[in-house]
Amino acid sequence: MSAETSTRPAPPARAARRRSQEVRNLPAALLFVLPAGVGFVVFFLWPTLRGIWLSFTDSTAFNTGGFVGLENYQRMVADPVFWNAFKVTIWYVLLNIGLQTVLAVVVAVLMHRLTQSMAIRGIILTPYLVSNVVAAMLFLMLLDYQLGFVNELAETLGGDRIMFFGDQSLVIPTIALVNVWRHLGYTALLLFAGLQTIPENLYEAGRVDGASEVRMFRSITMPLLRPYLGLVLIVTMIGSFQVFDTVSVATQGGPANASNVIQYYIYQVAFSRGYDFGYASAMSVALLVVLAVIAVVQFRLTRANQNDMA
Amino acid sequence: MRKSVHVAVAGSLVLALGACSSGGGSGSGGSGEEISYWLWDSNQVPAYQACAAAFSEENPDVSVTIEQFAWDDYWTKLTASFVGGSGPDVFVDHLSKYGEFAAQGQIVALDELVEKDSVDTTIYAEGLIDPWRYADGSLYGLPKDWDTTAFFYNEAMVADAGYTADDLWSADWNPEDGGTFEQIVAHLTVDANGVRGDEAGFDKSNVAVYGLGINPNFEETGQMQWANFTGSLDWDYLDENPWGTRYNFDDPEFQKAVDWFYGLADKGYAPAAGVFSEETLTQVGSGKVAMGTNGSWATGTFKALEGIDVGIAPGPVGPTGDRASVFNGVADSISASSKKQDAAWEWVQFLGSSACQDIVAEHAVVFPAIPESADKALAAFEAKGWDVSAFFSYREEGRTFLPPITIRAGEVNAIASVAFEDIALGNKDASSLTEANEQINAVLAD
Repeated sequence: MSAETSTRPAPPARAARRRSQEVRNLPAALLFVLPAGVGFVVFFLWPTLRGIWLSFTDSTAFNTGGFVGLENYQRMVADPVFWNAFKVTIWYVLLNIGLQTVLAVVVAVLMHRLTQSMAIRGIILTPYLVSNVVAAMLFLMLLDYQLGFVNELAETLGGDRIMFFGDQSLVIPTIALVNVWRHLGYTALLLFAGLQTIPENLYEAGRVDGASEVRMFRSITMPLLRPYLGLVLIVTMIGSFQVFDTVSVATQGGPANASNVIQYYIYQVAFSRGYDFGYASAMSVALLVVLAVIAVVQFRLTRANQNDMA
Repeated sequence: MRKSVHVAVAGSLVLALGACSSGGGSGSGGSGEEISYWLWDSNQVPAYQACAAAFSEENPDVSVTIEQFAWDDYWTKLTASFVGGSGPDVFVDHLSKYGEFAAQGQIVALDELVEKDSVDTTIYAEGLIDPWRYADGSLYGLPKDWDTTAFFYNEAMVADAGYTADDLWSADWNPEDGGTFEQIVAHLTVDANGVRGDEAGFDKSNVAVYGLGINPNFEETGQMQWANFTGSLDWDYLDENPWGTRYNFDDPEFQKAVDWFYGLADKGYAPAAGVFSEETLTQVGSGKVAMGTNGSWATGTFKALEGIDVGIAPGPVGPTGDRASVFNGVADSISASSKKQDAAWEWVQFLGSSACQDIVAEHAVVFPAIPESADKALAAFEAKGWDVSAFFSYREEGRTFLPPITIRAGEVNAIASVAFEDIALGNKDASSLTEANEQINAVLAD
């Protein structure tokens, strides 16, 4: 991607002409950047800066507080619910991203190698078109211990009823699977786009050499898909860390904090426990730092900015 | 006083749509002011629409728009609307919630208004107005109605087990062996082979009908779970209520009662935590539960259950010799951010007067705060053939007590709800409440 397209040094006169042209184009360029720029400043930059400031104050939902230094961060470090929330969130991300990525690669490869049908691609994407809240409510009904279709089916087939959302050890895997169901098609489609950039002639060459599909997947598909996979991993993992709607609708963090993920805990602290914006902001900043670190590390590890095809 | 999760979410979606499309409310229109009024109980909407119409007749220049949001969303929406400056002018407020709003200056102290218009605040039933005085002594709500909790039972199942309503009314209870109340619950429990809970060969792992349903509402009040039992001990939530600063969850007798209560599930007499995600209304309605606690506000919905005749019995008589219930009062508060303070106050006065409370009484949904109106409600319930005397029984021959009222109630609730759910899930026993109690007291001392 960023494989330097080593531009030949331009003759000085032409370079100067281009620079003056760039200056002349500046107002137009700014005009084009303006809408996105305003959005960025108003909806991202300003709230982020304000959130960081709030994390150093004792502000509540209703009143702006004063500067309290690192008090909120000290409280965070000593708060067992916060650490539990972090643990729960990481467990969720591991299950959610692990399963989702593997399945998405499989689905993408199947789409790429087996079918060109637009209809099938469309069907695969449909769960993503369902809103998170609706998906959570749907599964809440399907998986209900007493009345849920899945449990009725399990019992009819001679199995036991399962407390999907009510069991402490099952609740996070259940929520993770619900969101895998919802995001699988979308993730697969992103990877599918990456697969389409792999030249067909590589596979032809592979076939000529007598390579099996599995061998071609290992030696052609995976290495060339890597930058796309890296990017998809970063984006989906950041999204996964911010899981909120499913928890809010299906479990409210229960049973007994077993699904109290970090975003839900932040929300509770800010809007229902004590209206404590200062502490909630401190936890949000902690989450921001963690996500930034993860993104950078992943970017490095997967070398998502380099393409082996270049 | 809360609806379960599913209903809450579904309800809020529907109502959000309703609120968008309807726009105008029940007011008689006119060119004058329009004030908004929020409440959480959908069963009460018709009654208050009738009140709003009567109010607009008296005050043609003011109309009232009623909006309803289910319990779980109600407080979130209210908080968000306060933050955003778009809150309702008047809203139904709850004892466990108003302290925080008062502390944050989001609701109006009514004392001066009461004095200015010489409103008679002695007309309300005893003990209803005092809890609405905040720690600083100011009044933040005019009482509208009260509730107690009792046991709603499936009449056919109770008759099958060989009991009469009198047996339920005369049940006694203690934290050691559960008294005759536990015997009744055990006998009401039936496993898949038709063996009753107190008979030899009872299979507690395969229960068809549970004797006692348990609401999935884990709260510091225990109102929907254990409060009818612990109230009949020589015990109270706080060192003083309201505005105490030390909880008594570390009391050994209380902990024994809590262990007994959640232990019913281990015996197979009650569903384990997570088996039912809905309240006892749904549990009894499903035919898988014989009896369950709920509040007087739920009477109408229990009576509306199809194919099931429901009777109501009060809590059992406990070690103190009294039956007991939380006595919870609901009131109307005015938002500090309301730009129509005068009209809002007029409406709150009207809501707190017998003019409106008599109208509410006729609808037979709740018991109004003014005793004469409450009597009319009782008559309206009787006219429907519903015996609701169980809810009054605590006032006449038992003990009623306030839910715990403290500052920082949200924080207290968060700690307590997890602590109680941990016990119900079997992660801990009730002695763990001592630690939770320390955490709560630390919050209150802060």
